[in-house]
Amino acid sequence: MTATQKRIIINRIALGFSTLSAIIALAFLFWILGVLVMKGVDSLSWSIFMFEGSPPGYAESGLKHALVGQLILVGLATLIGVPLGIMAGTYLSEYGKNSKLAHTIRDISDIMMSAPSIVIGAFVYAVVVMPMGHFSAWAGAIALAIIMIPIILRTTDDMLQLVPGTLREAAFALGAPKYKVIMDVVYRGAKAGILTGVLLGIARVGGETAPLLFTSFNDNFFTTDLNEAMPSLTVTMFNYAISPYDDWQQLGWAAAFILSMFILGLNIVGRLILLAGKRK
Amino acid sequence: MIDKIFLNMTRTSALLILFIVAWIFVVLFNHSIEAMQTFGFDFITKDEWAPNLEKFGAYAAIFGSVASTFLAMLLAIPVAIGVAIFLSEIAHDKIKGFFGVSVELLAAIPSVIYGMWGLFFFVPILRDIFGGMGIGLLAAGIVLAIMILPFMAAVTRDAMNTTPDILKESAYALGGTQWDVIKDIIIPYAKAGIIGSLILALGRAIGETMAVTFVMGNVHHTPKTILDPTTSIPVTLANEFTEADSSLYFSSLFGLALTLLVMSFVVIAIAKFYFLRKVRKGQ
Repeated sequence: MTATQKRIIINRIALGFSTLSAIIALAFLFWILGVLVMKGVDSLSWSIFMFEGSPPGYAESGLKHALVGQLILVGLATLIGVPLGIMAGTYLSEYGKNSKLAHTIRDISDIMMSAPSIVIGAFVYAVVVMPMGHFSAWAGAIALAIIMIPIILRTTDDMLQLVPGTLREAAFALGAPKYKVIMDVVYRGAKAGILTGVLLGIARVGGETAPLLFTSFNDNFFTTDLNEAMPSLTVTMFNYAISPYDDWQQLGWAAAFILSMFILGLNIVGRLILLAGKRK
Repeated sequence: MIDKIFLNMTRTSALLILFIVAWIFVVLFNHSIEAMQTFGFDFITKDEWAPNLEKFGAYAAIFGSVASTFLAMLLAIPVAIGVAIFLSEIAHDKIKGFFGVSVELLAAIPSVIYGMWGLFFFVPILRDIFGGMGIGLLAAGIVLAIMILPFMAAVTRDAMNTTPDILKESAYALGGTQWDVIKDIIIPYAKAGIIGSLILALGRAIGETMAVTFVMGNVHHTPKTILDPTTSIPVTLANEFTEADSSLYFSSLFGLALTLLVMSFVVIAIAKFYFLRKVRKGQ
């Protein structure tokens, strides 16, 4: 066998292994997706949206409480996290630029993006739940907001830096003060990118369970009181899945399916917006 | 005037990040002082965790975190590199786009769903093969590996894609096979980026709670075999935080949280500052 033949054979083997690993990986992932869709569609029904949680065995049980709770928690977290994240990103891109402080903030925020979310939960428990004396929707929303801020900060910073400096200079030359330049020129130029960042940030915290376990806790009943424990899809899913009751487990899969579709949808819309923005 | 207000608002928001991070460390530290004073170094070297006796040794949880993450990395790294090579070099452009996007979307699926799948579909299979309960270190390692795989493959592929085409083309022009180009051009060129991406994935895996909570068992024993049920720091926190009934118990749980935060901070910082910064400078 010549050296060339040997190399060609080694090449085939190596590429074969790589393709094989791709197939194995995708097989596992599609197995999980398949289970999610089959189980989820199986358990979906209108009653899920009409009824709140009830003891196992009752026909009239649903996820209304968890769906509404999830929307409230994620909505509150968005209201807190998005403005702070965008403003912080604006500072880094427009004022801080390459200063040491700006770089330190970028680095720390990047690390925070991958920090264990359950630790954030423990922190919020100590500073919000303990002083208040009980679990609350506020605590859950604050925990989610803390996780969301670094994501929004990073995308805002990146997207604002993509806006050409000449645009800013042109606006300055017309006599606009800096805040007006940022609000009317820079933000407008980076609109699609910032929106994508916000959507991805919401998608990320929407799937978080760990930081909610001991902040917003859980509740099997419908509530809109922000000072009380608040049910969420993720924690409800967790509690139902580890319960020994078949009907609760079914509801758990329905919750998993609804949540995944919501998060995949946000991801896809975010990508489409970014693509549409690039094409322009 | 408004200019000043705007500047101050944005600057305060940016500084808030630093403040929150510092605050997290301070709060966790303050709350774990009691445990540290009571147990000293025994806290991280003993594995007796007996809330009824007020004895808290976190060794089993720390060991479980490290072991399950190690196992997950062992399983996921070869596959992730294979997937990354497939996505960046082998796949046809059309397949590349489709698989690339599906891998990224899979990385967005909530980890609690991986845990549910593990409990209901994967643990029974392990039980059939190995006997016993199925729940334990091995199950946790495998579920964690599957959960981290899409993220790991996506970032590794991005690192590989930084290799300039001109380098690859020169190697092909010299008669290199695809594998020659991958092994002698792409991997050496993107080495720092690839290692950085893998460590970043490790940082994520070590703090992962929901994917492993279902399948680890939450038993405070250092496992003797890979099949034994055990626990990890996030699993202990998730299961016991709302049950803690004494201040020493609480303090020990905060000690666990602090340990986990420090571990993941160090890992992520190494990935970011040592490896990924090299990449940025190189470009």
